[in-house]
Amino acid sequence: MLDLLRYDFFQNALISTLLIGVSCGLVGTYIVAKRMVFISGGITHASFGGLGLSYFLGFSPILGATVFAVLSALGIFFLSDNKKLREDSLIGIFWSAGMAIGILFIYLTPGYAPNLMSYLFGNILTVTREQIVLSAILFVLIIVFFVRFYRPLFYIAFDKEYSRTHNVHVNMIDITITLIIALCIVLCLKLAGIILVISYLTIPQAIAGLFYKNFKQQLIASALISTSGSTIGLFISAFLNIPTGATIVICFLLIFILGWGLKKVAR
Amino acid sequence: MNNSPKPILELKNIDAGYDRQTVLHGVNLAIYDHDFIGIIGPNGGGKTTLLKVILGLLKPFSGEIIYPACRQNLFGYLPQNSRFDQRFPIDVTEVVLSGLMSEKGLYRSYTRSDKQKAWELLEKYGMGAYKKTPIGDLSGGQMQRVFLCRAIISSPRILILDEPTTYVDSNFEKEFYPILEELNKTLSIVMVSHDLGTICSYVKSIACVNRELHYHHSNLITPEQLQSYHCPIELITHGRVPHRVLKDHESSHL
Repeated sequence: MLDLLRYDFFQNALISTLLIGVSCGLVGTYIVAKRMVFISGGITHASFGGLGLSYFLGFSPILGATVFAVLSALGIFFLSDNKKLREDSLIGIFWSAGMAIGILFIYLTPGYAPNLMSYLFGNILTVTREQIVLSAILFVLIIVFFVRFYRPLFYIAFDKEYSRTHNVHVNMIDITITLIIALCIVLCLKLAGIILVISYLTIPQAIAGLFYKNFKQQLIASALISTSGSTIGLFISAFLNIPTGATIVICFLLIFILGWGLKKVAR
Repeated sequence: MNNSPKPILELKNIDAGYDRQTVLHGVNLAIYDHDFIGIIGPNGGGKTTLLKVILGLLKPFSGEIIYPACRQNLFGYLPQNSRFDQRFPIDVTEVVLSGLMSEKGLYRSYTRSDKQKAWELLEKYGMGAYKKTPIGDLSGGQMQRVFLCRAIISSPRILILDEPTTYVDSNFEKEFYPILEELNKTLSIVMVSHDLGTICSYVKSIACVNRELHYHHSNLITPEQLQSYHCPIELITHGRVPHRVLKDHESSHL
C-alpha cells in the first residue's frame, strides 16, 4: 500500500486532500453553524456553469468555476440581504441556472466531450501542481482569517443585528467569509465533484457537533475528522481501485454512524 | 427639565420607515443622564422602528440625530428574545463577551480580564453556574439575564431594551425590574414595553408611540388633574394594583 506514495500523482492527491480537508473542515463548521448548507449547494452547482463556459472558450476550468462561484455567492448574499427576494428561491435559481449553462456549453463545445462524470463526482488522482498551489494559498488564507478574526466572525454569525449596533464592520467580515466559502468550494470540486462537495462541508461538522457544542472545539474537531476521513478514503479507493470522492463520502458516513452509535451507547 | 442639562442623545423631527412607507412622523426625543423612558404603543405603531433609529440600525428619511462626541460604548442593547438561533454553538461566557465588540473592533484581542469581567457579571446576576452552558440550553429568564450581562459589560451610557419580559415567565418581571432600577443609578434606560396595560413602576417617563411620539414626564399628573381626567379607555383593576394615568395627547389620540 505504501508503494502508492512513490507515485507523483498519488503524492499530489494526498497533499491536496490534506489541504482541502482542513480548509473544508473549518469553513464547513461556519456554514453548518450559520445554517448555510443550502446556500453552499447553490454556489457549488452554479460553478458548473463556469466550468462549461471556460471549456467552451478554452480557458482554465478552475478560472471559470471561480468566477461563477464568487458571483453567485455575492449575488445570493446581496440580493437576499435587502429582503426583496427570498433567499431560498434565489439559491434555487442560481443552482439550476448554473447547471443548465454548464451542460449547454459542454454540449456545444466541438470535438471530444469532457468526461461529465469527473466534474460531477471529482477525480482527485488527476489533480495538477497549479491546483495544489492554489489550495495551499487558500489554506493559509483560511487559517489566518479564522485565527485573526475568530471573535468578530463568530459573534457576527451568532447575532448580526446586535453586531451592527456596535459599529463593527459586519459587511466586510460577511463578504470575506462569503468569498472564502466560494473559493473553498471551487478547490474542493476536483476532490469531490459538484455532487459530493456538500458532504465535505457538512458530514465532518455533523460528527463534531455530536460531541462538541462549542464553536472552537467544533472547528478543530471538524478539521481533524475531515482530514483523517478523506485520507483514509483516498487510500482505500486507490487500493481497491474505486472512485475516490464517493469512497471518502462513505468513510465520512461510517464515522458519523460510529460516532452516533457511540453517543447512544454512552448515554 | 431642571436648568436644561445637555442630553446624551437627541432625535429632532425624525421621519423614518421602510420602503418609502413612513412609520414614524416628526418624532422628537431627548435622552438625558439617569432617564428611564418606557416606550408604549400599539403593535405596528413604530416602537421597534424608533429603537432601530436610535441604535443607528435604520437611517431616517429626514430629521437629525445628535450623538455625543464619543460614540464608543454608547449603547447597551437587549434585543427581543425570540430572534436568535437557539442551536448556535455558543456558550454563555462568549455571549457576554460579544458585548465588547465596539470596544474591540476587528483587531484588538480579548483578554483574561475581559473574561473575568464577564464572569463577575454572570455571578452577580445569578448565572455563575452556567458559564460554559450553550446558550440554547437555558430557560427564557436565564437567557435574558445573560443578554443583560452582554448589554452592560461595556458600561454603556444608554441601555436599550426591546420587550425584555416577553415570552418569559411572570416571575421574571419581579426579579428583573429591581435589577433595572439598580442599573438606572449609573446609566439611562430606554425600554419598549410589550403591552399598553402594564409598565414597570420604576419607569420615570413614558413615550407613547403611534406614528407620532408623545412624551409624558412622570410627575405631571396630580390628584386634582385626575378628578377631571377624561379617559378614552376604561381599565378595570382590582384593589391595590399600582397604576398611573397619563395626560391626553395634545394633537391626537393614541
